[in-house]
Amino acid sequence: MEAKKIHLPDNTKDTDRSPSGWLIIWREIVRDKLAYASLVFLTLIILFVYGVSLFLDQKEIVTVDLFSIHQPPSKEFWLGTDYGGRDVFGQLIIGTRNSLSIGILVTLMTGIIGITVGLVSGYYGGKIDNIVMRIVDFFMILPFLMIVIVFVSVSPKYTILSFSLIMTAFLWMGKARLIRSKALQETELDYVQASKTLGSSNLKIMLTQVLPNLSSIIIVSMTLNLAANIGLESGLSFLGFGFPESTPSLGTLVSYARNPQTLEFRWWIWLPASLLILVLMLSINNVGQALKRATDARQRRG
Amino acid sequence: MWKFTVRRIGIMIPQIALLSILIFIMAKMMPGDALSGLIDPSIDPATIEAMRDRLGLNNPWHIQYVDWIKGVIQGDFGQSFRFKMPVTELISQRLINTFWLSLATLILTYLIAIPLGITSGRYNDTWADRLITGYTYVGFAAPLFIFALIMVWIFGFHFGWFPTSGSVKPGLSPGTFEYVLSKINHLMLPALSMALIATVTTVQYLRSEIIDTKQKDFVVTARAKGASESRVYNRHILRNSLLPIAAFFGYEITGLIGGTIFIENIFGYPGMGQLFLESITLRDFSVVTTVVLIFGIASILGALISDIILSLVDPRIRIK
Repeated sequence: MEAKKIHLPDNTKDTDRSPSGWLIIWREIVRDKLAYASLVFLTLIILFVYGVSLFLDQKEIVTVDLFSIHQPPSKEFWLGTDYGGRDVFGQLIIGTRNSLSIGILVTLMTGIIGITVGLVSGYYGGKIDNIVMRIVDFFMILPFLMIVIVFVSVSPKYTILSFSLIMTAFLWMGKARLIRSKALQETELDYVQASKTLGSSNLKIMLTQVLPNLSSIIIVSMTLNLAANIGLESGLSFLGFGFPESTPSLGTLVSYARNPQTLEFRWWIWLPASLLILVLMLSINNVGQALKRATDARQRRG
Repeated sequence: MWKFTVRRIGIMIPQIALLSILIFIMAKMMPGDALSGLIDPSIDPATIEAMRDRLGLNNPWHIQYVDWIKGVIQGDFGQSFRFKMPVTELISQRLINTFWLSLATLILTYLIAIPLGITSGRYNDTWADRLITGYTYVGFAAPLFIFALIMVWIFGFHFGWFPTSGSVKPGLSPGTFEYVLSKINHLMLPALSMALIATVTTVQYLRSEIIDTKQKDFVVTARAKGASESRVYNRHILRNSLLPIAAFFGYEITGLIGGTIFIENIFGYPGMGQLFLESITLRDFSVVTTVVLIFGIASILGALISDIILSLVDPRIRIK
C-alpha cells in the first residue's frame, strides 16, 4: 500500500498571501538604500561599542593623567586627550555606550508609561480620557528643558537612574497622546464590540486585541523617540545637567567645547563626539522613517 | 468665535494654577530659603527662628503658597541672593535681550521657511526639492546645540565674521546707530543657527500642504478658468496653506525657550536662558523659580494665541 500523495498548497510560494509585517518592514528598509546603510552602520556601531567596552576599563580611562594634558591626536592617543589628560577615543567609545544605553532605557520607560496611559485613556474614553488628556496637554506645553534641569539640580541623591527617571517623568506625555488617539480609533471598530459581546474582559481586549494592532505605530514612534532621547541626553550633559564627568557620555565630551579655547583650537576633543551624535541620530531617524513608510501602505516604496 | 475664545481662556486658568503649584513644589525642594543667604554664624539660632516665624516660613504649606502667589501677582519675586537685588530688576534687562533674540529667530525662521517650502512644494520632485528635502532631513535629526557649536566654530572662530560672545560691543552708548548695528551683528549668528533648525518643521509642513492642495478641485477649476500659474499659486493655493503656518508661531514659543537656553550658553549671550543656568549653578533659587514661571506662562500664552488664531482660520476647530 502506498500512501496517497496529498497535494498541499505550497505556502511559501503562494503569492495571494499578504506578506507578514516583519517582511514588509524588511523589504522597505532594503529598498531604501539610505535606511539600509543606516541600519548596517547602527548595527556595527552597537556591536563595536558594546563589544570593545567590555575590554575597556572605565575607571582607567577617566583617571586624570597630568602628564598628557591636551595632546593632539597621535599614535598613542588616537583622538588626543582632554584637559585631564584622558584619552578621548576611549571616552568616545564608553560615552557612546552610555548615551545609547540611557537613550534605550528612557525610551523603554516612557514607552511603557505612555502606552499604558494612552491605551487606558483611549479605550475607556469619556471622563477618564478627558481628565488624562487635560493633564497631558498641560505637561506638553511646559518648558520641558528648564524643569528637567531644575529637578536634576535639586534631586538629593543624583545617579544615572534618577536622571533617567526625571527624563521619563516629563517625556511620556507625547507617547500617551499618540497611543490614545490611535486606541480611540481602534476601539470604535467592530471587532472590539464583537469581543465585548462574547464576554471578553476589558483587560483582555486591550492587551491581546487592541495593543497588537497598535504595535506598528509603537515601533515607529519608539525608534524616532530613541533618536530624540539620545539628543536630549547629550544636550543636558552638554549643559552640565546630565551625566557626571566621571561617567563620560557623548554630551560630556561635547561640553568641553564650552571652553572657547577648546572650541577654537582643540577640535579633536569635541568634534568627533558631535559628528557621532549627528550621524547616530540621522541613522536612527532614517531607519525610523523607513519603518514609518512600511506601516503606511500608501507611502511604501517596496 | 467668542464662545471658543472664552472657553479656551477657561482652560488656561487651571493650567496657570497647576504651573504655579508645580513651581512652588520645585521651590520647596530646593535647599535653603529666603534667609539662607543672610545667615552668618554670629546670629543666634533663636533670632533666626523668630525671623523665620515673622516671614511666615514656618506656616503650613498652603498658607505659604498663598503668600507666595500674592507676592508674584504684585510683581514681587523676592531677592536674588547672588546679586543682592530684587529679582524683578535683575530680570528686566535679560528679558529684553531674550526677546530680541527670539524675535530675530522667528523672523528669520519664516523668511527661510516660506520660500523654501513654496519652492519645494510647487516644484516637487525636482533637484531643488530634493535638495530642500535633504536639508530638512538633516535639520530634523541634528540637535540644536551641535549645529550651533559648529556654526560658531566655523563662522565665529575660523572665519571671524561674527562676534562669538556678548550682546553688544562694550563701550558703545545706547541709542546710537553703531550701538544698534553692533546689537544686530551680535544677534545674527545665534538667531540664524536657531532659525535654520527651527525652520525644518515649517518647511516640511508647507511642502506637504502645497502638494496636497495642488490636486484639489478648486485649483483645477481655477486653472480651467484660465488663471495664470502665478495667480493660481498666490491667490488660491498659498492663501490656504500659509494661514495655518502663521498660527503656529504661538506653539513655536515653547521650542524657542528650549533653544535659547542652548544658544545663549553657546554664544555667551546675556539673556534669560543664561541667567537661568548661572543661577541654578550658583543655587540662586529665587531667580530660578521666577525664570521658570515667566517662561511657563509664556508657553501657555503662546499656545492660547495659536489656538485662537487657528480657530479663526479654520472654523472646524471651534466645534469641539
